[in-house]
Amino acid sequence: MPAVRYLLVRIGHGLLVLLGVSLLSFLLAAAAPGTFADELRLDPRVSPETIAAMQARYGVNRPIAEQYFLWLRSIGRGEFGFSVIYNGPVGPLLWPRVRNTLLLAVPATILAWLIAIPIGAWAAAGRGGWLDRLTIAATTVVVGIPEIVLGVGLLLIAVRTGYFPTGGMTSLDFDELGAWEKMRDVLSHFFLPVAALALISLPVLVRHVRASLVEVLRSPFIQAARATGVPERRLLFRHALRVGVNPLISLVGLSVAGLLSASLVIETIMSWPGLGPFMLDAVMARDLHVVVAAVICSTVLLIAGNLCADGLLYLADPRIRIGRFP
Amino acid sequence: MRRARKGALAALGVLYLSAICAGFLAPYDPAAQDRDLAFSPPSRLHVLGTDGFGRDQFSRLLYGARISLLAGPLGAAISIAGALLLGGAAGFFGGWIDSLIMRAAELFLAVPWFYLLFAVRMMMPLRVEPAQAFLMILSLVALVGWARPARLIRGVVLSARTRDYVVAARSLGASNVHLLRKHVLPQVTGVVSTQAALLAPQYILAEATLSFFGLGVGEPVPSWGNMLTVLQRYDVLSSYWWMFMPAAALVTTILLYSMLAETVHDWPAVR
Repeated sequence: MPAVRYLLVRIGHGLLVLLGVSLLSFLLAAAAPGTFADELRLDPRVSPETIAAMQARYGVNRPIAEQYFLWLRSIGRGEFGFSVIYNGPVGPLLWPRVRNTLLLAVPATILAWLIAIPIGAWAAAGRGGWLDRLTIAATTVVVGIPEIVLGVGLLLIAVRTGYFPTGGMTSLDFDELGAWEKMRDVLSHFFLPVAALALISLPVLVRHVRASLVEVLRSPFIQAARATGVPERRLLFRHALRVGVNPLISLVGLSVAGLLSASLVIETIMSWPGLGPFMLDAVMARDLHVVVAAVICSTVLLIAGNLCADGLLYLADPRIRIGRFP
Repeated sequence: MRRARKGALAALGVLYLSAICAGFLAPYDPAAQDRDLAFSPPSRLHVLGTDGFGRDQFSRLLYGARISLLAGPLGAAISIAGALLLGGAAGFFGGWIDSLIMRAAELFLAVPWFYLLFAVRMMMPLRVEPAQAFLMILSLVALVGWARPARLIRGVVLSARTRDYVVAARSLGASNVHLLRKHVLPQVTGVVSTQAALLAPQYILAEATLSFFGLGVGEPVPSWGNMLTVLQRYDVLSSYWWMFMPAAALVTTILLYSMLAETVHDWPAVR
């Protein structure tokens, strides 16, 4: 079964990378001056005994290798270490955060592709024309908008128009709403951040779609199809896109990286309770284990995105199915 | 395209020159407060208005440019120097050195960029003096950003090393240093200049983002990032449009850089 082997090799590789990333982020975080105990000591309600007990549990004063090992063992218990700001194990906090980030990232990715493919295709078809030049200019401008500027820009739209809530994931009276209204409430909250993330990933996608299709449209089989009288639109979306989509699929993984990265900033500005604010709050509070866990979660999402791209490529490209995979 | 590149270069030159001459051009001390004129709109007294403490926005923009604009090229220079060293060594020596360095690079590339940036930020103390903060940001971005250029440089060096004329020079008894200097490094300049043009704006954004969230350069020293922080307050956001000027400055700079990079690099600009 080449398919299963292919998948296993990729998953195994991903796991190794994860282990390396956990070690890397742990080392970085452990190199920080001061530990969570210092922040806790500032709190007069926490007794010195409590701090000593916690230091013993996570081996804060032991060598880094031992700390890392203790932390790895706590993953086995589903704890992922101890969080100071949330005052409990990190593990149970992770899933809701990851879910909320996915709630933004997945629709944004789909939306961005749905917009990017027709725009890129039309630009490629009318290469050098006004639509093409407009697309190039527009993508250049959008690439130039930093995430923080886009974030505050969206806040401005929310504040000025009043159509959208200015942040968060739910309204204050969320618990009292019915099931239908709950859904509408979350939807209205997630419109702006999803639009922002889609807009951020759009220019790169459009450019690649255009570049790929320009390449395909030059090839002889398109010329032949055109000579037999296939309508231009069908030529573009049926014949050319099928071939042109292969190099684009591997781009899915890449665009997920940019998306997750931007998501940290957008989530924080729009106070969406995803991984981003989780990470930032932990950095501010020197909450070592939460930072490490957040970095690992983001890496898992990235690797999962790449795996999805690999799987799609496997389905779409017969050359890979025959068994000559990289 | 040639003309666009020259224009972008000239415009960037003007920006950098005005940042360097900030002390000469700025009409006010960037930290001088005038509480009676808080959030005053642009006028002949204050060309771009004032912020919440009555500080002159135009002067702060000029002084902030020093930090924001310099962080990009300096950080890019440092991380490309590191990438040259590591990527060059990996490509030139091969073997276990190569696999060690490339595996490390893979780890740095496996984490989404901002997550990595903030994780590395965790390494540094939380509250730092503005001058130290600038050095901190430089070392931060250098540490975070070495992996991609190192990987590209390794590829170029690897292919240069096995070219016939390099092998011939080696067989004539040329030393490693001679080979590197005469035959390998000249091949790398293309990759290096493209990467520099792509990394510089990315690092400008990194500084702005860190300072925006209060993890970079802090008050009272202005940077384009921390000048935008106040926009997280809804009243400021909706009432005082001139507080968006640093955002406009950021967008302009990034655009100029991407015009510059595009002509070097041609189509798909990936960040």
